[in-house]
Amino acid sequence: MLQRSKAGRIEIYEKFPKTGNIMMMKQVRTAATLCALGAVFFAVVPVGCRFESQNGSAPQLNETGGAPAAGGQVQAITVDGSSTVYPISQAVAEAYKANKPGIEISVGLAGTGGGFKKFALGDLDICDASRPIRDSEKEACEKAGVKFLELEVAIDALTVVVNPANDWVPCLSVSQLKKIWEPDSKVTKWNEIDPNWPDHKIELFGADTDSGTFDYFTEAVVGKAKQSRTDYTGNSNDNVLVQGVADEKYALGYFGYGYYAENPDRLKAVAIKAADDGECVLPSAETVDNNTYVPLSRPLYIYVNKQSLTRPEVAEYVQFYLSEAGQKLVTERKFLLMKANVQKVMQDRLAEALN
Amino acid sequence: MSQTPENFSANLAWRHRMGWLFAATCRLATWASVVFLVVILLVIVSRAWPRLTPEFLTHFDSYKPESAGMLAGILGSFWLILFTGAICVPIGVGAAIYLEEYARSNWLTRFIQLNISNLAGVPSIVFGILGFTAFVRMFGVPRTAIVLALGFADVRIPLPFGRSVIAGSLTLALLCLPVVIIASQEALRSVPASLRHAALALGATKWQTISRQVLPAAMPGILTGVILALSRALGETAPLAVLGAAYFITFAPGRINSASDLAQHPDRLLQVPFDQFTAMPLQIYNWVNEQSRDFQQQVSAAGIVVLLVVLVLMNGSAILIRQHFQRKIRW
Repeated sequence: MLQRSKAGRIEIYEKFPKTGNIMMMKQVRTAATLCALGAVFFAVVPVGCRFESQNGSAPQLNETGGAPAAGGQVQAITVDGSSTVYPISQAVAEAYKANKPGIEISVGLAGTGGGFKKFALGDLDICDASRPIRDSEKEACEKAGVKFLELEVAIDALTVVVNPANDWVPCLSVSQLKKIWEPDSKVTKWNEIDPNWPDHKIELFGADTDSGTFDYFTEAVVGKAKQSRTDYTGNSNDNVLVQGVADEKYALGYFGYGYYAENPDRLKAVAIKAADDGECVLPSAETVDNNTYVPLSRPLYIYVNKQSLTRPEVAEYVQFYLSEAGQKLVTERKFLLMKANVQKVMQDRLAEALN
Repeated sequence: MSQTPENFSANLAWRHRMGWLFAATCRLATWASVVFLVVILLVIVSRAWPRLTPEFLTHFDSYKPESAGMLAGILGSFWLILFTGAICVPIGVGAAIYLEEYARSNWLTRFIQLNISNLAGVPSIVFGILGFTAFVRMFGVPRTAIVLALGFADVRIPLPFGRSVIAGSLTLALLCLPVVIIASQEALRSVPASLRHAALALGATKWQTISRQVLPAAMPGILTGVILALSRALGETAPLAVLGAAYFITFAPGRINSASDLAQHPDRLLQVPFDQFTAMPLQIYNWVNEQSRDFQQQVSAAGIVVLLVVLVLMNGSAILIRQHFQRKIRW
């Protein structure tokens, strides 16, 4: 009967128990092997288990058996925080690691606020920040017993930019900027700021509301942090803003100096007048250094967990950050150097903390 | 409306024209997608070309575009997806088998079914937030670490998991689960009932019927679903960004940076799930955000090419696996 009939159902019946049996055999064999391996493992290897409480230091990989290449513990540094400071910290980390291959560094860009949250939990050795720590964040650190060292590492100049085809705005005063950017601003056209300028809508581009750049710009221009008109193109990705201003003749935008310095052919920086009768000043290393580019230049910081600072690899990383070689990377990444005397103060502050 | 023969033939020509128009529209739609794909690929590959070197695959990230590499992302994504699959497949397929083969249809199972369908449509960033709370912070339990001393190696398991591979994998597994369950259910449903009846009629138990008849027959569909879900997980950026995975990292999970590391310290494999990581899509996202245009255009494009190649390989393997299993089934 079976041989004669080629009907589907009987074929299934013939085929499947066969493959099924093979599969079953395989499963049994695999299971048996696993059990045997497990038994051998637990019989031969003394398995221990202990709890380890962490006191505020970053997660560190303990020696993972055998003969580690570098000998002893793997040294790790965890850095997170401001996306503005990230390019500098990343470059410093890379250059530092080049001489010390045994050290593992991870750098994140959670944002200044996000970084401080993790910092207060003791997750980080170093928190990058584009603004000084807030009182509430200080309290959170105190509560968790995290002591920190504040160090200035570089300067960023917020740069107001227009399209290269814009030939009417060489200079804007802070009060004009305020008129444009303040909440409920009525300015929509260029000729509403100055009657000689074109009768055309201003396309506004600016930092999004979560960024330290937004906080700083609004505080410096409008007078109160986080107070700004809302009908502009905001993006945390500065490249979007660069692209927007580069494509639109009637655009006006602001972002960090580095993004302007990387695109000098596509953007035009606007000189800033601090007072209405003051001088127009363009952002540059010189004008930041001699304090004339105000109020849009701001210091950038790193906050070091004091307990982490007792680990030699963290101490050396921070020392390298403030050293000449480290500061060279600041300019390489298109940021501006802090003044020589400030740099000295920071180095002294670090040396004191290390003693 | 009765139709006379004359206007019937007129209508016929019009209907033929409509048919032709519809076919042409469909053909255009098909070719449009192909054209878009080709244009995107050409643009990406031409941008990426100067950076597509072997070093790009074997170097870690760098702040210099010419020496930036993707090794941390490739290895990070590899481990991430491996553990995601290991967590997601047994749970997903198990749930599908239960719902299809065992569960009675009542309000509870219908409610569960409804929830699974809804979960499949939840944006991935929501899973990221869930994962951050449940796995990275573990609802804020105090930080400790269990050290398993195995004699030949110590495995250090941080609690809560923190920004480790296992936290990422658990989160992505949650993301994949609805897709895997639904695909597996579809596959099980497409196995003809006559097969089950035949097995049961011949005296097989329910477990024997499922394990020897139903599952092998449903395998191609299940595996396709699994691989498509894992491909999606591979390209996810948002949940990992929420978890706080690292961007710039100079080591791979478990500090296994090369084959020789693995040969010298095989015990480090045990530490892999509990180590920090980054992933390919995160690296690409990070490069796109760089201020240097070399990074934005060339390096990120090179990263996209690598990610695309990996995705094509995964989807290709899905097709191969499906064919392999289909060859075994004849009815």
